[in-house]
Amino acid sequence: MTATAPARRPRPASARRPRGAAAPWLLMAPFLAMFALVFVAPVGYAVYQSLITVRRRGLFGEDGRETAFAGLENYRIALENDAFTASIGRVLLFGAVQVPVMLALALLLALLLESASAAWPGLFRALYFLPYGVPGVVASLLWGFLYVPGLSPLVDVAALVGLEVDPLGPGTVLWSIANIVTWQFAGYNMVVLIAQLKSIPRELYEAARIDGAGPVQTARRVQLPLIRPALVLTAVFSIIGTLQLFVEPLVLAQFTPNIDSGYTPNLGAYGSAFTDNQYNVAAAQSVLVALAAFALSFSFLALVHRMGRNR
Amino acid sequence: MTAPAPARPAAAPEDSGARRRPRPAGPKARTKILVTAVLAVAAVYFLVPVYWVFVAATKSTPDLFGTFGFAPAEWNLGANLHQVLSSNDGIFLRWSLNSLLYSVVGGLGATLLSAAAGYAMAVYDFRGRRLLFGVILGGVMIPGTATALPLFLLFSQIGLADTYWAVLLPGLVSPFGLYLCRIYAEASVPASVIESGRVDGAGELRIFFAFGLRMMTPALVTVFLFQLVAIWNNYFLPLVMLADERLYPITLGLVTWQSYQGRDTDMYMQVVVGSMLSVVPLAAAILVLQRFWRGGLTEGAVKG
Repeated sequence: MTATAPARRPRPASARRPRGAAAPWLLMAPFLAMFALVFVAPVGYAVYQSLITVRRRGLFGEDGRETAFAGLENYRIALENDAFTASIGRVLLFGAVQVPVMLALALLLALLLESASAAWPGLFRALYFLPYGVPGVVASLLWGFLYVPGLSPLVDVAALVGLEVDPLGPGTVLWSIANIVTWQFAGYNMVVLIAQLKSIPRELYEAARIDGAGPVQTARRVQLPLIRPALVLTAVFSIIGTLQLFVEPLVLAQFTPNIDSGYTPNLGAYGSAFTDNQYNVAAAQSVLVALAAFALSFSFLALVHRMGRNR
Repeated sequence: MTAPAPARPAAAPEDSGARRRPRPAGPKARTKILVTAVLAVAAVYFLVPVYWVFVAATKSTPDLFGTFGFAPAEWNLGANLHQVLSSNDGIFLRWSLNSLLYSVVGGLGATLLSAAAGYAMAVYDFRGRRLLFGVILGGVMIPGTATALPLFLLFSQIGLADTYWAVLLPGLVSPFGLYLCRIYAEASVPASVIESGRVDGAGELRIFFAFGLRMMTPALVTVFLFQLVAIWNNYFLPLVMLADERLYPITLGLVTWQSYQGRDTDMYMQVVVGSMLSVVPLAAAILVLQRFWRGGLTEGAVKG
């Protein structure tokens, strides 16, 4: 994460004094304790759980349970489960389409709002940001209602102009989910981009204008290169978010039979743990999702880094 | 926001910044109309579901299915509200209070913890600082859903699962909050202030509470709002942790109601009105507070 690696700054001169050597640790203790409890311990525990297997002794488990080291057995079970690998493929396809569309929309809105040509930019910015404050559950419910035939005014309007749409059909429901995610987070990403657009020094705009650049050229040659860190940051967060997809398909599954219980990797892991009582396989699935998020984020960062050097 | 921060980070933009900066090109009337039209179309997209739920919540159940969704029908909001708020001994109100408790207490706690740790990392030079900071930032990259299941297994072993603590404790940690606090403290807490505090004989903790916290106020507002919304919107963690319906936040309660609606069409209206009610507080908060957000977002995006 280039964006989260701040450059080294000169420390205050007083910092190297031996006096108050315990102070930083006192100040950090509450955070570190909670971080250990809710981040380090669960990650360690998930890895441990994913490497063991619990066997019941006796015909009905009446003789107690025993724990054995299973190696990568749980990972094998998880990866040989066709529904799970299919769900990974599904979210990758989803992300390959949804993330660029959402970021393009966020970028377009940010550039338009920051251009001289926008009326009421403050009002529009607030309206676009509004969905970020709507819980994912509620956003999914609202769009779910707007997708249901017989209830949805959108389907009615489409029928008026002769279009027959079924947002909950087997081929379309994935993109209906993509719409919900885009609706929720485009405005948030837009705000991140605007924040960095505002930090571009005005001299650069003047120089571009003197060189005869129009708004489109200014956007391409001045604004886009300078907001790269913000674009990278929003892309990485979006990639992590895509692999976590859970609430939207869960809620929409109540409206349509075209979403099954293992539609996304997270739904699958949740089902393994609480429906099938296979905690160890669920742990392996969680670790795989986290690893995929890491791998994708880092390959994306590496790609961006290489493209930046080849310029 | 009248914090006596002498050196605001350059990255935190003022709200009026847009108006001060000269525009890259002279605006022409026709472009302005075109751009504004595009922005208005986008606004319609972002507002449609919200508009729909406010209209739908005023209808009766037959009208919900029988009339055009975007047009109002006979006014039935009062009866709907009564139905939602009295259903199951007023459980919706309880869910709302739970959401409020989880997000406000979690948000305040996370802010204080992040502030203390971020300040310490910015002001003191100590062994292992870089390593520690790197590990904590790694936490930003770990999907919250990946830690929820093992955290549930851990919490059930120590008897915390299915209690208020199960949702409150994880809300107290915000790696992103620590990151914001650290870079903000580096830019806005001058060494001279700490030095003069020491000369006056104040202890290090006292200096943090008396000066550090106050100088970091703008960053603290951002961290608090981030965490408040994140906890309010969270669904997966409470789903995994809670079995007792009375401990549910709104998000979990609404999905429970939604799962009944196949059996009972009146439940549709309850879910619609419940959704409408849950949009109101955060939508209002966002419209009022959105200018505070941008400062913090900038730090995350721009520094580095």
